[in-house]
Amino acid sequence: MSREELQAAITAALSDRAEPRGDEPGTALITFDEGGQFLNGNVARENIVPVMKKLRDELGFNYLFCLTCVDWKTHFTMMYHLRNLDTRDELVIKSKIEDVNNPAIDTVSNLWQTANFHEREVYDLFGVKFYNHPDLRRIFLDEQWPGYPLRKNYEDPNMIEL
Amino acid sequence: MASLIEEDIMTDDGEFVINIGPQHPSTHGVLHLKVWLDGETVKKVEPHLGYIHRSIEKMCENLSYRQYIFSTSRMDYLSAHINNQACCLAVEKGLEVEVPDRAKVIRTILAELTRLASHALWWGCMGLDLGAVTPFFYAFREREMINDIMEESCGARLTQNFMVPGGLMADVHPNFVAKTKELVKMFRQNLPEYDQLLTGNVIFRQRTEGVGILTKEDAISWGCSGAVARASGVSCDIRKHYPYDAYDRVQFKEIISTGCDSWARYLVRIEEMKESFSIIEQLIDNIPEGDIVAKTKNVIKLPKGEFMAKVETARGELDVLLVSDGAANPYRCKFRSPNFSNLSALGHMAKGAKIGDLVAMMATLDLVIPDVDR
Amino acid sequence: MEIDKKKMGDPFPGTVDPTADGGILVTKLDDAINWARANSLWPLVFGTSCCAIEMMSAASAKHDWSRFGFEVARATPRQADLIIVAGTIVMKMAPVLKRLYDQMADPKYVIAMGACTISGGPFFYNTYSVVKGVDHVIPVDVYIPGCPPRPEALLHAMITLQEKIKNEPYFRKPKTVV
Repeated sequence: MSREELQAAITAALSDRAEPRGDEPGTALITFDEGGQFLNGNVARENIVPVMKKLRDELGFNYLFCLTCVDWKTHFTMMYHLRNLDTRDELVIKSKIEDVNNPAIDTVSNLWQTANFHEREVYDLFGVKFYNHPDLRRIFLDEQWPGYPLRKNYEDPNMIEL
Repeated sequence: MASLIEEDIMTDDGEFVINIGPQHPSTHGVLHLKVWLDGETVKKVEPHLGYIHRSIEKMCENLSYRQYIFSTSRMDYLSAHINNQACCLAVEKGLEVEVPDRAKVIRTILAELTRLASHALWWGCMGLDLGAVTPFFYAFREREMINDIMEESCGARLTQNFMVPGGLMADVHPNFVAKTKELVKMFRQNLPEYDQLLTGNVIFRQRTEGVGILTKEDAISWGCSGAVARASGVSCDIRKHYPYDAYDRVQFKEIISTGCDSWARYLVRIEEMKESFSIIEQLIDNIPEGDIVAKTKNVIKLPKGEFMAKVETARGELDVLLVSDGAANPYRCKFRSPNFSNLSALGHMAKGAKIGDLVAMMATLDLVIPDVDR
Repeated sequence: MEIDKKKMGDPFPGTVDPTADGGILVTKLDDAINWARANSLWPLVFGTSCCAIEMMSAASAKHDWSRFGFEVARATPRQADLIIVAGTIVMKMAPVLKRLYDQMADPKYVIAMGACTISGGPFFYNTYSVVKGVDHVIPVDVYIPGCPPRPEALLHAMITLQEKIKNEPYFRKPKTVV
């Protein structure tokens, strides 16, 4: 499917559902960015699970191949890269987290099992908490490691700067 | 460091918790598995990672776009060329620069040679894990020949760093074509002998058939890629679906099997080696003349935005995501490694298996732990 | 090519005085013990990252290390005398390495293979989790530079270690403080 067709299909699928929680009636669930290598969709933090469920069940995006987070200093952006293995379409869902001191978002690990490890990695390196995650623990670093290394404001006296 | 306390070791159901690794001959690196056992049956397997977490993603935020390529050579060191190719493709997507034909073809040949070397080592180590010592020496014979070719042209045996954004660092040695043809001829002759050594072995078959079943839905849900997913019936070869470099001008089959067990994963990789021979043979005599690298500025700055490139390494799909804000360094560099997702499926596959089966499963998953931990 | 025996030195340290039924071997106890130790070092199977592949290459048929006596690579530290630290050591792995080193019996030797173990290597700047040199954790006998070093470099390091062992004073050995 071309980008425009995909964008239209997603908007159609997401518009005829009941109101999501924490959202005003009348606002769109997903807004799309112009340009970029992939079709980028922005979803509010509270609506991430219903939107992802629709994408997986109705539009066939069954493969989550990348889940990561970017620290923009004033906010975090969660990025989810989805693929439809039958039609080979790809989609990027971005979700802004405004609260930099206690970032948190719902988990998608009950939709795609691969998110289990990926979300643990984001928790370990960025400190983003995932509600309803089956096993949220640090994965690479020790449990007692102070701070979250991949944040831009990470201070480490032992790190030697270039 | 997490340690086992008294209550951990023997649970109320009589289950026994042991550690496999981090230092263990069959874990292919430093992988720590905490295994809950009931006798010899595995009830639960939990991988503990981070014993080789070298903070590559943080390091890349302070390196330039030409410098960050070397770190991927050290991530999955058995497919070093293919990892470097992914990094270069990501930067080239951002710059929108066209790589010359000669560079594309030579990149593809080097990638396929790396795939052959990686599968040869996998085959040797698989035999070693299951108790057969001979395949290890046979596999290294071919691997040394490939290392010699790499050393002559690229300068290094293992972590080559030969690719730059725009093409290759330098032209290949004049002996490259002749030596590669000789290698493919010799390897093709030897592969049936290797096949018989392990594939025809009844002990090997009994240890791998029916072991580590991963259904198609599970493979998709756990994000598996590469031979692990293709042996469960998922068609996911990046070289076919999203071709890059010279893969759109060669004919090769995508090997898919519906066996879903370790035996199927083994056969898929053996067949992939044969397809690699065919790809190299199609390209090696027709390398076009021309430039070896496209002109790019000395200090590369990508425009604002996100750029992603994906390649098929010997183990699966590697994605390089570069988030740029216009500076000379990446703002965020994310490597989606195939082994991370393949390993997460181990906990699901190993329920109810015996410890010996666990070793066979890890051998066919073909893990490289520094790639998991980055 | 004529091998000059005088220049090369006799491989076995000692002289044999032939007698009627065999001979009498005259040697120094130091030399004999060091000769036996140097030619039968058993390495521990320990490789964390890329250098481990070059170690495996040194073990396989083209650059064979069992010519020098390193044939038997043991998996357990109780039976090994040599750790070849091949690969980067990170903060999480350092206590594990120390524990392995402590479990080995004396005399034990350490070869630090690769740039990562000498000083952190390519992971020196801007990393939060890499130990900048394995000699912060265990005492090292031989360092091998390279990223990764060639198998021939590893063999050269092993021969250097053998020469170091052959010059060790056995009876006057100072107590090792761990």
